[in-house]
Amino acid sequence: MYDFNHHRPASVEDAAKALTGASDGKILAGGQTLIPTLKQRLASPSDIIDLGGIAALKGIKEEGGNIVIGAMTTHATVAGDATVKAKIPALAALADGIGDAQVRNRGTIGGSIANNDPAADYPAGLVGLGATVHTNKRDIPADDFFLGMFETALEEDEIVTVVTFPVPEKAAYAKFANPASRYAIVGVMVSSGPAGVRVAVTGAGPRALPPRRPRGGAGR
Amino acid sequence: MPSVSMTVNGRAVTGDVEGRTLLVQFLRENLSLTGTHVGCDTSQCGACVVHVNGESVKSCTMLAVQADGAEVTTIEGLAKDGELHPMQEAFRENHGLQCGFCTPGMVMSAVDLLQKNPNPDEGEIREWLEGNICRCTGYHNIVKAIQTAAASMKG
Repeated sequence: MYDFNHHRPASVEDAAKALTGASDGKILAGGQTLIPTLKQRLASPSDIIDLGGIAALKGIKEEGGNIVIGAMTTHATVAGDATVKAKIPALAALADGIGDAQVRNRGTIGGSIANNDPAADYPAGLVGLGATVHTNKRDIPADDFFLGMFETALEEDEIVTVVTFPVPEKAAYAKFANPASRYAIVGVMVSSGPAGVRVAVTGAGPRALPPRRPRGGAGR
Repeated sequence: MPSVSMTVNGRAVTGDVEGRTLLVQFLRENLSLTGTHVGCDTSQCGACVVHVNGESVKSCTMLAVQADGAEVTTIEGLAKDGELHPMQEAFRENHGLQCGFCTPGMVMSAVDLLQKNPNPDEGEIREWLEGNICRCTGYHNIVKAIQTAAASMKG
């Protein structure tokens, strides 16, 4: 790993400032993808801005009919959270199927979606449940957030702060997991609720997408 | 050079590290706690598992600076007053190892499992060990050891 300047800001504002001030800054969330990438020298940022010291980015609450999850909340926390398990069990199950126990103890929802690995689980979860990504600048519907392979709508100095999920009437997530990594070979989230009937597929294309409708428009 | 302070196995430690220093390097090279192993170095094998604030993590996939202020427990911190931890004792008794390279990570991972689920069935144990790879033996005696430890820790 090449060396870098390390920053551990105490607020999102300070993190954004550090990011703007760096020649090639990179945000560190749980690090379960970024650290292996740095170790292989596939990336060599000048500055690492570590969000681990920002308490406001952690935690889960229910607010106005939505489940609100802080960007630095780990997969293990989402998987084990009583509110998520009661209101969106499909999302708890999705989080429980990511990687392995140690990855789930460090990896975060914000890191996963900002990375937008085409085989990651959360992108399908967000699109399939009609979630909204909140950043330090704006709110972005999940449908407009995931642009392509490892590419999102996030601007250079933009930081994911929270993800809100409307509570569906019902939802389910199923995947064929890679036997070694547990990444999705293909994963599908389906839901029915305030956001309508939604389906999103991860792993089978460059980004999580609703499946193409059959020709002739055979129903929804 | 960043300075880090943390509690490792109950002892307050500080050290100067580079931003890129991994937690496992800090433990092994700065503190000479070489019980934590580096196996694959690619976040898959789990030989480097330690506890950070009570949760099992892969210390090869965490920077030392990320553990600043944390409570860290390594395999060296499990035995108390010369008595093996029940999980270590159960691994010994059930021969839950062959070459022993993966064992520190296996034990640390298993201790975290029992913290969360004191009474796991065989399927739950095998699923939990997803992130710990043993290339000697298969997992039969490791699973047996964890079941034995679960029984003995219930007392």
